[in-house]
Amino acid sequence: MSLSLVKRWCDTPLLRRVLQFKEYRRKIQSCNMTYTLLRHRWMKRLPVFSSSFRMLSTKTDKDTIDLSKFPVDRIRNFCIIAHIDHGKSTLADRLLEITGAIAKNDKNKQVLDKLQVERERGITVKAQTASLIYSYEGEQYLLNLIDTPGHVDFSYEVSRSISACQGVLLIVDANQGIQAQTVANFYLAFEAQMAIVPVINKIDLKNADPERVESQIEKVFDIPCEECIRISAKLGINIEEVLRAVVERIPPPAASIDEPFKALVFDSTFDHYRGVVANIALFGGRVKKGDKIVSAYLGKTYEVNELGLLRPAEHPTQKLFAGQVGYIIAGMKDVKEAQIGDTLYLQEHPVKALPGFKPAKAMVFAGMYPMDQSEYPALRSAIERLTLNDSSVTVQRDSSMALGAGWRLGFLGLLHMEVFNQRLEQEYNASVIVTAPTVPYKAVLSSPKLIKEHGSEEITVVNPSHFPDRAVVSEYLEPMVLGTILTPDSYTGKIMTLALNRRGIQQNLVYIDDQRVMMKYLFPLNEIVVDFYDLLKSMSSGYASFDYENAGYQAADLIKMNILLNGEPVEELITIVHRERAYNMGKAMCERLKDSIPRQMFEVAIQAAIGSKVIARETIKAFRKNVLAKCYGGDITRKMKLLKRQAEGKKRMRRIGNVEVPKDAFIHVLKRKEK
Amino acid sequence: MIRMMRHALHAGRGALCLRSFSETRGEVIEDVLQRTDSARLTNEASLYVHWPYCLRRCSYCNFNKYIPRENNDHTMTECLQRETETLLQLSQVSCITSVFFGGGTPSLAHPSTIAAVLETVSRQANLSDTAEVTLEVNPTPVGRSKLEDFFHAGVNRFSIGVQSLQDEDLKVLGRDHSPQQALLTVAEARRLCPGRVSVDVMFGRPKQSVESWENELSELLRVCDDHVSLYQLTLERGTQLFKQVLEGEVTLPTEEETAEMYLCARKTLHQHGLLQYEVSNFARQNAVSHHNRSYWKGTQYIGVGPGAHGRFVPVGEGGVLREARTQTLEPDIWMREVQQKGHATRRRIQLSHLELLEEVLVMGMRMTEGINHKHWELFSPQLGLHEVFGTSSDVQELLQRGQLILDERGLRCSWEGLALLDSLLPALLVELERRVSLRLQEDEHAKGQTNRTSNTQ
Repeated sequence: MSLSLVKRWCDTPLLRRVLQFKEYRRKIQSCNMTYTLLRHRWMKRLPVFSSSFRMLSTKTDKDTIDLSKFPVDRIRNFCIIAHIDHGKSTLADRLLEITGAIAKNDKNKQVLDKLQVERERGITVKAQTASLIYSYEGEQYLLNLIDTPGHVDFSYEVSRSISACQGVLLIVDANQGIQAQTVANFYLAFEAQMAIVPVINKIDLKNADPERVESQIEKVFDIPCEECIRISAKLGINIEEVLRAVVERIPPPAASIDEPFKALVFDSTFDHYRGVVANIALFGGRVKKGDKIVSAYLGKTYEVNELGLLRPAEHPTQKLFAGQVGYIIAGMKDVKEAQIGDTLYLQEHPVKALPGFKPAKAMVFAGMYPMDQSEYPALRSAIERLTLNDSSVTVQRDSSMALGAGWRLGFLGLLHMEVFNQRLEQEYNASVIVTAPTVPYKAVLSSPKLIKEHGSEEITVVNPSHFPDRAVVSEYLEPMVLGTILTPDSYTGKIMTLALNRRGIQQNLVYIDDQRVMMKYLFPLNEIVVDFYDLLKSMSSGYASFDYENAGYQAADLIKMNILLNGEPVEELITIVHRERAYNMGKAMCERLKDSIPRQMFEVAIQAAIGSKVIARETIKAFRKNVLAKCYGGDITRKMKLLKRQAEGKKRMRRIGNVEVPKDAFIHVLKRKEK
Repeated sequence: MIRMMRHALHAGRGALCLRSFSETRGEVIEDVLQRTDSARLTNEASLYVHWPYCLRRCSYCNFNKYIPRENNDHTMTECLQRETETLLQLSQVSCITSVFFGGGTPSLAHPSTIAAVLETVSRQANLSDTAEVTLEVNPTPVGRSKLEDFFHAGVNRFSIGVQSLQDEDLKVLGRDHSPQQALLTVAEARRLCPGRVSVDVMFGRPKQSVESWENELSELLRVCDDHVSLYQLTLERGTQLFKQVLEGEVTLPTEEETAEMYLCARKTLHQHGLLQYEVSNFARQNAVSHHNRSYWKGTQYIGVGPGAHGRFVPVGEGGVLREARTQTLEPDIWMREVQQKGHATRRRIQLSHLELLEEVLVMGMRMTEGINHKHWELFSPQLGLHEVFGTSSDVQELLQRGQLILDERGLRCSWEGLALLDSLLPALLVELERRVSLRLQEDEHAKGQTNRTSNTQ
């Protein structure tokens, strides 16, 4: 497969540069990177909220499209990648308009961004697909556009999308220039050996400086200036040229209509009236209404009731052919029947199943608890429904003495976690307590007994209370990331200090033009997971951008820190920290607890301890008086109410030794700080 | 004129009601005593009368008070009488044990209003000659000049809102009197009702220090009578002071400082023979406020006037449960309702057995003597104090720390514990609720058993 790709690419002038990039890349990235890049050439995520599509799209070509008119060489699969706010979704809107997929309309704003969170944050979370029909030199082409998330947290979506494509449009803001995510996304595409079409957007802006951006692109990515297309997606300038470049510079997919039908299920949704709607990519052959198909995973046979394209609304067709992507409805009653990663084939032509998806690895973990335990069932079903469409979230039941029953969820990154939380709140109206995120540590066990018990020498520790004791461990490992920071050079000093405080090790520093610097740092993930990004933004007046990719594990001097209340350890506050950072962390936690535990009738000592050694302490003094005067004219109702409320609250308090700790205090200490 | 009226009043109070059982002096067997005690729970009540008007607004006060636009004292008087009459009939109490005129500024009322209300009470129920009749007084020259007339109208105890002896502080608090005027008023009141004058003082005032408070207390002790009420200034939402504090114009003493002030006052007053008998009340020579004590003892009270609160059984309409009753807040509307219906009760909530016990507990624990077993049994014949609180580990902890005492006398706070009462009460309330509901379940269960047995027969 890859050989044939290379052959194809030989025709393009890109190959020379591709090879150069490879070398260049090696130079600036000396550490070992692990991408979650999946090698399915056809994989991508398709629309989930198809019902809302119907409302937004207008049927500009009502007549049935004859898909047999689009042989493989007239198909192009591409996606758009960009840093947040560089205009990816706006360009997608224009492409949809120009090809008649949607009507030209002022209201077309981020048509592919369906989720409230996407529109509010101006980001794309779910990759979406739209098939466009475009005439080029008298021939009709089927262009499959996959709009991808911009943030690296969603790089599993990006990489799936990329692996479904043969090329990418790399959008860069003409004013802001290359940003951290531009770099990260570029490498994802580059690794997947995509054709890369650089597009400089927002040339209509007053401060637009396309020349500068072109030279940045040449310097950082080694793509010649003349290959950049200057556009304004907002004003619709030069959009045609982008479409021409898609046809000219991006190779068609490699799939054959002569092979037996073979399709990958890469997404599925449930429709109350029609059952499961599965989104499929055809790796070979053709499929039509009435065909009997088999799910390789379940071995069950179904009859195809409906199939078609996503434009982005469902557009029924008679058939789907090799190289095409679309949806299929085949009488599946349960979402579980349409397993993502499953292979479909014709009953009479069994094929070897495709490898399916490797689950993306969660790197940030956080506890989620209902605000009130009575909301547990509702929250459970909300989480279930949400994870159905986002299989990258790992779910583990967990319970905390203070917060009750809940879950420990694993996310790909911080934004992923925030977005998940926001979707829970917005789409399912669930109010949740989210604890401060932690990262998965590893411990290399030294005790043969334990190794036998765990079945392996190396174990992953997600819950700090399961952190094994130093005595039985030969070393601890912590997850590392390679961070990319792009910043105006006036902030370099400050950022270097911040990075140093976070145990960052500089790998590289280059000027991408005369004012902007690109720095690469190797960070422990734990150090950037909570507030690093906010700090970076605020110390650079918002100019610095940051992105990271996973960079494996490294040995680290990790220790378990206990928080004690009057000598009693608090299980839910056990924290794993690096020895160097223990004092600061411990002190901060004690301070936060001091602020949120109400005074009691006796003194309360709040201590942070490592083993038996106390490293930080705060004291809550005892009440000397807590009684108030005067019940005006027998009005004791108010007083009674207040006391009853306190009595009720008392029942819900968590007792640690003799100290009563309100739930709020745990929330205050455990919760991620609001921005 | 007033003298005559007072005379008439006295004549009206012919029949003496039995004020306490000790007066019968007879040989009484236990269950008769109990029956009589519990009978008194519904036969007797104290009466609170609310005068809603003030001349001005104190910066700290969020209580129900109004600056009158026009003089409608006459209508107000009629309505207070009318509502008193209606509610007394409704409660069917035969004896009013004390009357308290609070406000607002009841010393702004005409003494004839006080006389008229007392006369109404006497017509409906027994009001002993010796029954305590208290009037709250604002120590202004006008207030002082009316004391004698109030006395002749039937008032026999004055509670004087001195609040502070610092000129500057009184201004910040928005009071309309000076320290000198306050002292003169106290002197006049003591002349009229020796041994039955209370002074209200306030601590935790803006900029107040522990030291200045100590000095102020010694000054106060030189002039006060046998009763002192000590209040901590509380910052209430919606007051001018709240706004000032919020905007940083005024700073209040810290929690530590007010704790120190309270402890220091308790000690100083004690040294001068003023014994603390309740969280904020101190008395010498047993000059306790009977009216307030009846609140803390959980007896019935009837509230008359705009926004007044009451707790009584409406026996007159066949009620058997005690009700928490609140009168209409706004004076004009209150008057209209009283004129139309005879009373202006806006809210009535029946108190469950548990709620009644909760109030008895919360109020009773404010007293230094606490709740004795006999008193508790009056309200809770089924579950004694030991049964309710004896086994709880939370309560045990409080006992061990010496904050709470549960012994053969009953349940009460220690000296240290009293200052922490609001922290003790939630624990006690949790236990009370648990015990009472457990008992209820047991009773239900027992009842179910009996029913089943009877069914099988």
